[in-house]
Amino acid sequence: MRVGLLILKRLGAALLTLWLVSLLVFILSSMLPGDAASEMLGQSATPEAVAALRLKLGLDQPLYVRYFQWLFGLMSGHPGQSMISGLPVAEIIGTRLPKSLFLAGLTALVSVPVALTIGIVSAIYRNSFIDRALNVMTLSMVAVPEFLVATLSVLVFAVSLRWLPALTIIPDVADPASIARAYALPVMTLCFVVVAQMARMTRAAVADQLDQPYVEMAVLKGLTKPRVILRHVLPNATGPIVNAVALSLSYLLGGVVIVETVFNYPGVASLIVDAVTSRDMPLLLACTMVFCTAYMVLVLIADVAAILANPRLARS
Amino acid sequence: MAQDLAHRRDVLTGLTATAAGLWVPQTVQAQPKPKRGGRIRVACMSSSMADTLDPAKGALSTDYVRHYMFYSGLTQYDKGLTYKLALAQSIETKDRITWVVTLRKGVTFHDGAKLKPADVVYSINRHKNPDTSSKVKPIAEQFAQVSQTGPSEVTIRLTTANADLPMILAASHFVIIKAGTTDFKTAIGTGPYRCTQFKPGVRTVGTRFDNYWKSGLPYLDEIELIGIPDEVSRVNALLSGDVQLISPINPRSTRRVRGSNKHTVVETKSSLYTDLIVRQDAFGGEDFTLGMKHLLNRQLISKALFRGFATIGNDQPIAPNNPYYLEGLPQRTFDPDKARFHFKRAGIGRTRVPLFASPAAEGSVEMAMIMQEAGANLGLNLEVKRVPADGYWSHHWMKHPLTFGNINPRPTADLVFSLFFKSDAPWNESGWKNAKFDQLLTLARAEADEAKRKSLYGDMQTIVHEKGGVGIPVFISLVDAYDKRLMGYEPVPIGGLMGYGFAEYVWWGA
Repeated sequence: MRVGLLILKRLGAALLTLWLVSLLVFILSSMLPGDAASEMLGQSATPEAVAALRLKLGLDQPLYVRYFQWLFGLMSGHPGQSMISGLPVAEIIGTRLPKSLFLAGLTALVSVPVALTIGIVSAIYRNSFIDRALNVMTLSMVAVPEFLVATLSVLVFAVSLRWLPALTIIPDVADPASIARAYALPVMTLCFVVVAQMARMTRAAVADQLDQPYVEMAVLKGLTKPRVILRHVLPNATGPIVNAVALSLSYLLGGVVIVETVFNYPGVASLIVDAVTSRDMPLLLACTMVFCTAYMVLVLIADVAAILANPRLARS
Repeated sequence: MAQDLAHRRDVLTGLTATAAGLWVPQTVQAQPKPKRGGRIRVACMSSSMADTLDPAKGALSTDYVRHYMFYSGLTQYDKGLTYKLALAQSIETKDRITWVVTLRKGVTFHDGAKLKPADVVYSINRHKNPDTSSKVKPIAEQFAQVSQTGPSEVTIRLTTANADLPMILAASHFVIIKAGTTDFKTAIGTGPYRCTQFKPGVRTVGTRFDNYWKSGLPYLDEIELIGIPDEVSRVNALLSGDVQLISPINPRSTRRVRGSNKHTVVETKSSLYTDLIVRQDAFGGEDFTLGMKHLLNRQLISKALFRGFATIGNDQPIAPNNPYYLEGLPQRTFDPDKARFHFKRAGIGRTRVPLFASPAAEGSVEMAMIMQEAGANLGLNLEVKRVPADGYWSHHWMKHPLTFGNINPRPTADLVFSLFFKSDAPWNESGWKNAKFDQLLTLARAEADEAKRKSLYGDMQTIVHEKGGVGIPVFISLVDAYDKRLMGYEPVPIGGLMGYGFAEYVWWGA
């Protein structure tokens, strides 16, 4: 029942965290110069026009009033309207979030198996040529900035070879071939970023377990190598691995601004940048809440998975 | 003159019912005959949640393009900063205060409704209503009364005479919407394309409107409009064949585009400029200003920043392609000796002079560096303060003694002078005051005689050149790039993308 209790406790803490984050984001973003009214009018702002727009957007009210209005709205299920477009925030995020989730999902589908394989192989053949080669490869992958990977891959595969599109335009008809074509480049770029971290975490965790006496015991008992790794080592190494995976996945949701920019992909990461630059408070807060929740849910899933995978933890 | 021009244009429009080809600008006729069909994807610079179908709120190039796709105005911009009649069959005035607009007959909206005078009255009047949050409210203030005066006639009465009204009405903000429209989730207009999809920040799709009032136009079946904010990505998307037309591109990318034998660039000479603003209440006024103007190395700025895609400026905002441009105004040049002389007279010495620049004002950071370098050689202690684009317009522009502005092309000389140079204009960037200039401005606006008008605008250019508080080093050309299979594309100096109105003219020649 450890798991149930953990989930309950985590939920409580999550609500508290969400509230604190919303407060922090609200205060910090209100300290930025200008507000939605002045940003909307931009260069053509006159004091009268700004004042009129502020009144219309409700920005004339004191900060705390606006915060509580937003908070009560959220609690009653209405995260408000975007100040810039006037559309309901829920609708905007509702159209963008599935796209981000899809991109993140595809990337996870490719990157997790690759990373685990790299990590386990290099742990098994520690200090061999293979290990060192994989090590150098993953390190250089993580060292190359993602904008470079993205731009170079576009130049090579889209502009020169013309094999793949330079933009990720979601096909209207969702057949696997056109999806693969559209998503190949962004998924590849993102894999460059996340595979290295996950692979190195996996290698460390597996290597750590391989040094344990129980592994030696299992080997002495004559178990085959695959059986030692899969049945004995991996369950014990799961904790750190799923945590690394969870961290990478949460990055895939909100941290992929560059990939969204280069491939012009309408995800939530660029939405939050839009929201900050246009000082669109309701949209910004809603996006933050979504990222924050996703992050905590992923970490929670990672912890639960670690417990369930590890018989010792699950029983105690 | 305004109405003369209108009548001449009218003859043309009467012919187009039988010969659609007449609408295609002259130089294009050497190209293959326009043909119907095809679908293109177009990428602009900006697309965000602020994208709008409300013409009053149009703020960026994608908005203007969208509005000209779905709606039509009473008039339209033509090449050479002139206008032609559109939904208006004629526009007549005797005193340039009261204007009688006769509407074209048989124009229908996308939903089948007929165009009525009430639509025009509503579309123009709403700009004055503060609830509309119109971008052109200051311009709309001059409409004293707009009312229906006949079954297909609208009369516009202005507060003061303005000979430029037909030019003003060609702006995308003044396109005609259906009376009573308050919801802009989709667009019901009389424009060449129907709005079949509109997702702010993602895409806009327009489908050919079969009952468009210019028979035969438009040519394309469908246009998809997207935004790619990153310039490199935009160029890549063109070169990889994902989009067929992009705007704008950096002059530095022109080589890449021309290197591909499938694509080409087109330069639109415009009156867009980034100007050095010298607040007139700081650092001892006139001499300091003149010193700064002589410190602008215009040739270097044109060559190094814009690869020659620019027209040398002369510290006044009327570009050579404007009909009212004054020829023969002595060109101010980069002259360190004169600059030194003026700085000495201003007594500036080694005082630290902060100069604010930002990526928000195109090219200003580089201009500031060039000036700092040139100033250092004269002992001027210019300190470049580079500030982020975010918040620049609200917190820095015109708020320090030395800043940079970035002024978009305006259709008329009157507009640019009224908005940015009139003594009491809110965006009188340098805060200069010149009573004679203000007087000339009012006179020129009402003047019916073109020759007299031109001489008045000439005088104003001279005054701004000599006494104004801004340095205008160059007019920046707008550079678009497109797939060579796209035909009928040519510059209209009001802005990129054929003055944002390419949608109804281009065709796919593949």
